[in-house]
Amino acid sequence: MTVFSSVPAHIERWLEESSAVSRRAFLKGSGFLVVTLGAAAAAGPFAVETAAQAAGPYPDPDFHQLDSWIVIHENNTATFYVGKTDCGQGTGTAFRQMMADELDIAYDKTTCVMGSTDVTVDQGGSGGSDAIQVDGWPMRRTAAEARRVLVEMAAAKFGVPVDQLAVRDAVVSLKADPTKRITYGELIGGKRFNVTLAGNNIDATTGTAKVKPVQDLAIVGQSPQRYDIPAKVDGTLTWAVDVKVPGMVHARNVKPPTAGARLVSVDESSVRGIPGFVRVVSKGNYVAVVCEREEQAIAAAKQLKVTWQKPATVPFPTSDDLFAFMRSATPTSRQNPAVKGDPDAAFARAAKVVEADYDMPFQGHTAFAPAHAMADPSNGQMTIYSNDMKSYGMRNGIAQFLDMPRDRVRVVWMEGPQGYGRTAADDAGFEAAFLAKEIGRPVRVQWMRNEETGWDTKGPAFAFRMRGGLDAQGNLVALDYDARAADYCHVGYNEPETVLIAQLMGRRRSTPAAGSAGLPSEMYEIANRRMASQVVGLPLVWETPLRTGNLRDPNGPQITFAAESFIDEMAAAAHADPVEFRLRMLSAATTDDSGFRRARSIAVVKAAAETFGWDRRPSPRPIGSGDVLTGRGIAYAFRNQTVVAEIAEVEVNRRTGRVWVKRIVCAHDCGLVINPEALRRTIEGGLLHSVSRALHEEVRFDGEKTTGVDWISHPTLRHADTPARIDVVLVNGDPNPKRPDLPHYGAGETSCKPMIAAVANAIFDATGVRLHRVPFRDARVLAALKAAHA
Amino acid sequence: MRRAASLKGCATVDVAVYDSRMSTITLTVNGRAHTVDVEPSTPLLYILRNDLGLHGPRFGCGLGQCGACAVIINGVAVRSCVTPCSTVRSEVTTLEGLAKGGTLHPVQRAWIEEQVPACGFCQNGQIMTATALLARNPNPTDAQIREGMNNTLCRCMTYYRVQAAIKRAAVDMGRTA
Repeated sequence: MTVFSSVPAHIERWLEESSAVSRRAFLKGSGFLVVTLGAAAAAGPFAVETAAQAAGPYPDPDFHQLDSWIVIHENNTATFYVGKTDCGQGTGTAFRQMMADELDIAYDKTTCVMGSTDVTVDQGGSGGSDAIQVDGWPMRRTAAEARRVLVEMAAAKFGVPVDQLAVRDAVVSLKADPTKRITYGELIGGKRFNVTLAGNNIDATTGTAKVKPVQDLAIVGQSPQRYDIPAKVDGTLTWAVDVKVPGMVHARNVKPPTAGARLVSVDESSVRGIPGFVRVVSKGNYVAVVCEREEQAIAAAKQLKVTWQKPATVPFPTSDDLFAFMRSATPTSRQNPAVKGDPDAAFARAAKVVEADYDMPFQGHTAFAPAHAMADPSNGQMTIYSNDMKSYGMRNGIAQFLDMPRDRVRVVWMEGPQGYGRTAADDAGFEAAFLAKEIGRPVRVQWMRNEETGWDTKGPAFAFRMRGGLDAQGNLVALDYDARAADYCHVGYNEPETVLIAQLMGRRRSTPAAGSAGLPSEMYEIANRRMASQVVGLPLVWETPLRTGNLRDPNGPQITFAAESFIDEMAAAAHADPVEFRLRMLSAATTDDSGFRRARSIAVVKAAAETFGWDRRPSPRPIGSGDVLTGRGIAYAFRNQTVVAEIAEVEVNRRTGRVWVKRIVCAHDCGLVINPEALRRTIEGGLLHSVSRALHEEVRFDGEKTTGVDWISHPTLRHADTPARIDVVLVNGDPNPKRPDLPHYGAGETSCKPMIAAVANAIFDATGVRLHRVPFRDARVLAALKAAHA
Repeated sequence: MRRAASLKGCATVDVAVYDSRMSTITLTVNGRAHTVDVEPSTPLLYILRNDLGLHGPRFGCGLGQCGACAVIINGVAVRSCVTPCSTVRSEVTTLEGLAKGGTLHPVQRAWIEEQVPACGFCQNGQIMTATALLARNPNPTDAQIREGMNNTLCRCMTYYRVQAAIKRAAVDMGRTA
């Protein structure tokens, strides 16, 4: 096998420097696309303009122009330009599959360019697991439209009606005489389509061509290897952290040592002697040091003498006191309870009533690489090289933040550490742009580990109160759900009034965002229910390391932990098998089966149980006598139109408290699957992320700062925790497997949802001890086992 | 050198004093010698990335805890973020140096076959640590893989596929040995 980056460096540089400029000229209709990137993965997806930026402005590519989406090259290859970003799930590969299928071109004759605001349409970047479900549709329709236009061009050329033509692998030929043929490249290579599309918004973008029926899709449903992986394995990928331009300097932040601290003074003389020192920049409580070299900036940020004044009031309780605080706090907002039936009467009649509280701490993104960006202010413009998953929003936010015209600002999206919501509120991009404007030179910013773990956006802590009532037959006839989330002042997407640098500078929204708690997402038929939720705030609202933001499947793992743990508690109270107990409630449902939600729920629960080899019995199992106890637990959930059921098998060491999730089964139905192998890996990642959240992750804090600042003080899942076996079952619709009437739904986040509950339920099955507080670290498990058997 | 600065009523700020004496350092990396003029305690990582233009090793924690910056020196996967450049005496191999004569290392091939990376940012550490592990133990057991890789972190949680790829690479390397 050869090394994949086959383009010599000087050629690559030339391609990089010329491609974005010519792309803009192409989109303006002022010329041919002079640069053809050649077959497949030459430089296309990884191209970056590394020279000082060319003159702007940077207008928005018009999504109503077919040329904004697809370019056919003279060598009969195609490049797709889409407004998404790939957070490591292989969505770029999936987009190529979907568009190549509609265009009728071989997958390996295509490339995909994503997420750079001046050369790709604004589809919002990533978020909500909707890339395939929502954004894939305009991609498919524009590709189908391009095919239609090309076939009509061929028809005119040959002087025959289009129905006498066949298309295969970007070649149009006469059905009657296949020797008469013309390629897409010969028809239009390097030239504009000049076709205007319809649609009131970008998601509705369409031509007149229809997309193919599922039965005619040939590339969708296969598993081509992800195009981005070879360069990540051989070291040739240029990541956002790698971008360098002439004259670039390095910056590091100096964060307040305690939450809410006020800057009193900065002594610049304390670092002036450091070689390469450029400047200290401070505004409000934001402080950064800029040096010529990276290690100099790191040293200067450590050495800078800064005087801070602690706030007069305590910013937040300690993490040990958090849940007592949350339960006694006055909510900042309440959702009207969703009520079905008559819960009070049902509880009064119930044969058995069970109550339980559940606690879920703040959990961080703790991205593998700290926040980073490089901003180039040359030519009176601003280019930000960033891994921001929502690059388009970052461009708008930074233009507002710096008070620059939008068309003078662009964001070049490049690969980075996993997004999962952290880079939707991307602090480093704003900081780099601010510093670049102040210094007048390109500035690269990177946070240090303690900043990222300590100060990134957090998934909100939740305190739940649950109550359930069983009738004499052991049916769940009444359910009370009450959720309380510490989510007041939830930060938005790249907002110039909520990113951290804006907060520290005192530039804030007048009204903090209300935040949200949320309700369980399942299809259970429970005759009498009340579901209520509230949001509470901590004393320090702004400039806090406990600022909340979207964390992968926002609120889903928290809510499903409580909801599906409690369903298990009710099954145990009813002496019912946990699978059978759930199927009973799913089978009893009679309403809201849009999208076959009920039938699909039953199918995934059954598929998970069958794959696992589930033996039907109530939990807990008879408790064993050895040091290591084993058990299994199930949990299930919906997210949007995607449904999952997950079973965890655990070993619990009763001497040490250590929990090992030994085996996982996940049955998953996201409708039409684009790339099964990439999907399996995405699901596995989601499962294990939630295992990490179940076993390890918690944001710890004393009364003034977060105390988890690295991988020792804030642990995450490790190799030793990895399950011995993971089975992913792609159910894809019930009652008929592979039913073609289900469209492609989203799959990035659903598998995160039920896993924490599945682990808790398995621990209960093994030990008879119910854990109500995440994470299930050794000491907490050991204490719970000892308390139960005292 | 460290000293503490404090002011009445304010938080104490711990201050490290930067040693600014520059030295000429010669490093052999991926078969080529390079000379740089830097402060001797500068971590190897920044020289590899910023002076030699190598992007395989990356900054993850700066504390030697995660493995993002791993390089191979004397057959051992070393954390370049906490390795002062002046202490490096032997040849350094980075991710870019694993392939020989345009052919990927069997570990890299296994990584592609298993489609291991998600975002991929940690995979330098996974690949370099696995390569060093297999060099000293060509047939590791599952337990030895877990132990040998345990301090190499991944936040996309690709561990399951990393372990599968290590086993695949072990088989491939055994076949060609």
